[in-house]
Order: sequence, then structure tokens, then C-alpha cells
Amino acid sequence: MDKIKLTIDNKEVEVAKGTTILDAAKQIGVHIPTLCHMKLHDMGIENKPGGCRVCVVEVEGRRNLAPACVTEAAAGMNINTHSIRVINARRTVTELIISDHPFECLTCAKSGECELQDLAHQMGIREIHFEGEKSVYREDTSPAIIRDMDKCIMCRRCEMMCNEVQTVGVLSAINRGFYAVVSPPFEQNLDHSVCTYCGQCVAVCPTGALTEVDHTPAVIRALSDPSKTVVVQTAPAVRAALGEEFGFEPGTLVTGKMVAALRRLGFNYVFDTDFAADLTIMEEGTEMLDRLSRHLNGDKTVKLPILTSCCPAWVKFFEHQFPDMKDIPSSAKSPQQMFGAIAKSYFAEKQNINRKDLVVVSVMPCLAKKYESSRDEFAVDGNPDVDFAISTRELAALIKLANIEFKALPEEDFDHPLGESTGAGVIFGTTGGVIEAAVRTAYELHTKKPLPKLNFDELRGMEGVREATIDFDGLPIRIGIAHGLGNARKLLEDIRSGKSHFHAIEIMSCPGGCIGGGGQPYHHGNSDILIKRQKAIYQEDSMKTLRKSHENPYIVKLYEEFLGHPMSDKAHHLLHTSYFDRSKHFEQED
Amino acid sequence: MPKIKLTEYATNLVKEICAKFNNNEGELINVLHQVQNKLGYLPAEIQELIAQELNISAAKVYGVVTFYSYFTMKPQGEFPISVCMGTACYVRGAEQVLDEIKRQLRIDVGETTPDGKFSLSALRCVGACGLAPVVLVGEKVHGRVATVDVKKILAEYKSGCLSDKE
Repeated sequence: MDKIKLTIDNKEVEVAKGTTILDAAKQIGVHIPTLCHMKLHDMGIENKPGGCRVCVVEVEGRRNLAPACVTEAAAGMNINTHSIRVINARRTVTELIISDHPFECLTCAKSGECELQDLAHQMGIREIHFEGEKSVYREDTSPAIIRDMDKCIMCRRCEMMCNEVQTVGVLSAINRGFYAVVSPPFEQNLDHSVCTYCGQCVAVCPTGALTEVDHTPAVIRALSDPSKTVVVQTAPAVRAALGEEFGFEPGTLVTGKMVAALRRLGFNYVFDTDFAADLTIMEEGTEMLDRLSRHLNGDKTVKLPILTSCCPAWVKFFEHQFPDMKDIPSSAKSPQQMFGAIAKSYFAEKQNINRKDLVVVSVMPCLAKKYESSRDEFAVDGNPDVDFAISTRELAALIKLANIEFKALPEEDFDHPLGESTGAGVIFGTTGGVIEAAVRTAYELHTKKPLPKLNFDELRGMEGVREATIDFDGLPIRIGIAHGLGNARKLLEDIRSGKSHFHAIEIMSCPGGCIGGGGQPYHHGNSDILIKRQKAIYQEDSMKTLRKSHENPYIVKLYEEFLGHPMSDKAHHLLHTSYFDRSKHFEQED
Repeated sequence: MPKIKLTEYATNLVKEICAKFNNNEGELINVLHQVQNKLGYLPAEIQELIAQELNISAAKVYGVVTFYSYFTMKPQGEFPISVCMGTACYVRGAEQVLDEIKRQLRIDVGETTPDGKFSLSALRCVGACGLAPVVLVGEKVHGRVATVDVKKILAEYKSGCLSDKE
């Protein structure tokens, strides 16, 4: 590749042709401030509309200042990133952006994580020299995401995630100039749109314009109600990211401390969604083998490939966009909902608690889980199986609120019976993990032989679409994996046109899987963090003595005492669901 | 606004126009232009159909429709009135003329009279500055319009027999 040499802040740097000034500067440790720009390097995702003008730099011989994020470095360029002219321009631009932004930092949900706030701090802004009208827009609240467009700075990151990466196509800039906002089509509310609540817009929003619905007040109320028994379940990806909120290096596992913190918060039982993930594998794996063996025996009615159904944003995605294929995904509920159903039946009966007095809280890396738990079919007589779903960030907020010094906590273990899990349950937290867990169990159930190996490296990685063939003792099983809904769409279109050759496909809505979920600590565009979280997930798996779902003794006991066998009538009633055609797009609001 | 059931005519028309541009998403503005010329406006259902035909999101289509003031989501009247607010017309009293039309029709810019006869818009320079101030009714140009003329102009269209009797 062609190399060029240029000078940035009196330092010479050599970069590949085509590199932007921003990236060239980074190579020599010069971090030019940005606001609208965002690059998830390892995912190939980049937003650079060049709109905010915060990253302007002075290029010798050029009349105007150049935006570093969209200007290609050229040979011989002499660049100054902090001349007085640059600093004045950058400060003016920042002040102008703030002049149309509410001064609500003290009460804003994003305070402390806001990139505009950080920038104002970095620029040393003490006064806004521009006064005038501020643009206002109605607030829009949905079951999972809140839009407060008064705080939008039109960076268009959310639009890029929603359209380019997820291909959901809900958010777009509308109107012009001062009245421009990001909105669903026809200015519908989110809950009238085809939004999947994947939360990737929230994950990349630099300000408080897009935030999650806060369930922590309701959780605090439940915890302080002596008539309620409150149990908590924690999703696998939470333990690999929660530590970041307390100053741990990304990728630090904090499972034991998380359990200790939850106990100190007052939860009566600290359980694990990983247990329900093992249960999911029993049901989904059995369903997969059932479909597969019927297919191999020549049953033409059976639909293949089977698709995973753990991800609620993915479920809502195909209900809207591929309703003709709604009988292809596994009918197994997600681990969150399986947990809720078992807690409020098996566990409640065992403990002799009325389901109305049992509160199930889940801690999820996800915002769509808030929506999922509110779906009508996941309730009995109006009492939901999962009462509240809080994000990893909300759990961190609760821990801080309760004055718990997280770093000093001891490592504690989950409670029984719904807290025991295998390594297979843990890896649900990353792309490729669900299908690897399913393979570990399906292989042994099908071949009646022990697995020759436990790690399926061919299923692991970060590429958006992956495929592998796993040898089931002479029977080749073709597996597809997609993360990011845009990648999922490609696989779905292949199935629709009859081109797909897979037996089973795993789909996760968020880039990286749940580790990159919309409820995780903000990555601020650093995709290294996701890779470190993924490593932590596999590390937790490898440290477990039990690594196959069907070997979980409490799962075995659950079937013996309560469910009978996988896909039994009782299991069907409690652990399986069906999907709806939501293709009807546009509804005018009265 | 109740949901509109698109007629077969409208559906086929949109599909034909999209096909003429090879269903290329880059031609969105041209498609919108031609569809509005034929149908008079771009209701949400039409935008959804265009989005489907060009394989882009409805949000993107709506984004473009709301960006350009030329596009409208409201049905136009039988006689769309456009008042030129370009510099020449403006200095010669276009604003007063516009106010007088608003007063007489009891609608604001961007609205249509309840009987569906007139809709009102303001636009920038029509290139007839010599006739300033200019009011367009449909394709017909009325030049050197004064506030006192407004009543007469509107009355002609209200009777609906302008072109026959002149």
C-alpha cells in the first residue's frame, strides 16, 4: 500500500494513503476532539457526516480550517491541531451547539457519560456567548427507549446504526435547519413504529437524547416492600461488563462481586439467567434435533434452518419484516422469559409463595428485554413472568445509590436452585455462543457419545456473518451465525429465496452479541472493549467444571420433579411461545 | 387523519414511476417530484409505497419529503394559489396580498379550504419580477396584484367558470 508522510503538531508521521487526518493524528498520540464522528473499528462501522465541525484543524496553505474526520491526509501536509485559530473555532462551534441544548446537566440521565459535556469540559467552556431561541420537540416514551430530541445534536449516529447496521429503518433526520430532529417516519412515536428496541441508537448517542426507560425506582419499591419476595436473575453478558462502571479494566469478570452486591441490595434470592440459558438449550436443542431428524427421514413439512429465538429485538424484527417466516425460529422462549415462567411456577410452588407476591427482576445487557417482559403473552392474569428488567447500567446506578463499595466486595455464589449454570449458559452472552452451547448438547443427545472437544473455535469470532460445518459423528451439520440485524437480514433473504443451505442459524441483534447490548456500559466508540468482554465470557466458560447444559444437575432435577422431559406438554406450556405478524406498518395516530 | 386506502390507480402510478427510474434509490427526489405532480400531494401511504419500491426505509423518504418545502403531505385545493415572496414581489407588497388572501379564505400558508377549492402556499421568485407582485392560481399568472384585486380574483375561481366566460 502507498505510504505518505506528513507533519502533525511538528511531528512527522507516515500513514497509508487514504487515511484521514484524525486517524493519522491518533497514530502519534494526538487525539483531536470529535463529537459526531464514531468508529467501531473491529465491526467496520463508521459514522462521519462531518457535521459538527468540532474536529477542525489548521492545514498550512489552506484557506479554511479542515474537518479532520473527513479530510484525507496528503503528502507533505503541515497540520496544527491546537493553534489559537483552531481553538477559537472549536470553542465557538461547541458554544453554538450548546446554545441550542437544554442546560439540564445536573438532572440529565446521561450526566457523567455525555460526550457533549466532556467536550465542554475539555474546551474549558465557562460561558455561552450566544443566546436565543432553543428548538423544542415533544418527548416520546416507549416500553424501552425515551427520545428527548431537545438534547439531540444531529450527529446522525443513531440514524446510521438504525439504517445501515441494523437495517431497521426507523430513525431518520426530518425537517430542516433549526427544526430538524431524528424521528420515526411520519413523526410516529417509537411504539407505533417498527423499532425493535435493540437499543443500538442509545448505545451510540453522545448526549441524553436517547436513553433507556428507568426501572430502578420500581425495583427499589419492590425491595422495600416486606410482603414481597424479590428474586433477581443476571444475564451472562452483565458479569463481563459491570466492572467497567466501577473502574475495572474492560474484560474483568465480576461475577462473584455482582452476586454479593445484589445480596446487599436486598434481593431475597440471587439467581442466574445462565440457569435458564441451560434450560433454553434443553428445549431449543431438542427442538432442533426433532426438526433435523424429521427432515432426514424425508418429512417435507419440516422447516429448516431452525433459527434461535433468545434475542427479543431479533424476534420483533422478523415479526415486522419477515412475518411470512415466523414459523422458522425456534418456539423456545428466551432465557429471561423461561426464567420468569419457572420462577413463578416451579420455584413459587416449592417456596409456597403466591405468584403475585413474587417479584422477578432481571439484569440485562439489553433494552429490548424491557419490551419483551411487557409482552402480553408473557403474563398470567395480568401478572408478568418478569416484573422489571434493568440494564447493566441501571444495576450499577443501584449499587452506587446503596453506598456499596463494589471493588471491596467479596466473591459470593448464586443461590440454588435457579442459580446453578454450566459454561454453555455463560457463552450465550457473545455472538456464536448460543449455537455453540446448542451444539455441545445436541451432539451428545444425537450421537449418544461424549464430545471429542468442548471449544468450537470455528463458531467463534467477530465477523458479522460466519459459517461452519460441525461433524455430528458422520452427519455434517451446517451452521450459520449473524450478529447485527443487517447481517441477519442477509441470511433471512437467502432463506426466503431458497438459497440457504444451513440447518441451524444463530442470530443476535447487537454487534458482538449481548456483550455489545444497548444496556451495557457505554463503549464510546471503542470496539476493543467488546473484544475484551468476549474474551471474559469464554474465560468464564473455561473455568466452569460443567460446560454442557444437559449436565446441569439442577436442570436434570427440574425435569425430574416438574417438567418431565424437554418438549413435554408442561414444558410447551411454560417454555415455548409463538410469534405474531406485525407487518402492518403505518397507523395514523388519532 | 384516517388511514387512506390507496386506489389501484394510485398504486400502479407510483409503481410505474418508480420503475421508470429503475427503482433506484438515488432517484428518490425525481420519483417524489413526478408522483406529486400527478397526485397533487404525498400522503404517508404513498411514501410507504415508494419506500417499498425503492427498497429504502419510510423514515428516509419522510426525511426527504419534510426537508424540501416543495413537497407537501396535504391534499392541494382544486386551485392551488402561490404567492411569490421573492425580493421584487416582496418590496411591492406581496406580504399584504398574501395576508389579504389568508383573511378572505380563512386559511394559513400550507392549508386547504374546507371545501377543497383553494390551497395556499408562498414561494420564492417565479421569474416574473416585471409583473410584481405575482400570484399564481394553478398555472395562470396574475400580475401587479393589489390587495383590492384579491376579492375579484377569488370570486372568478369560486364561480368555477373563469376560463369559459373570459
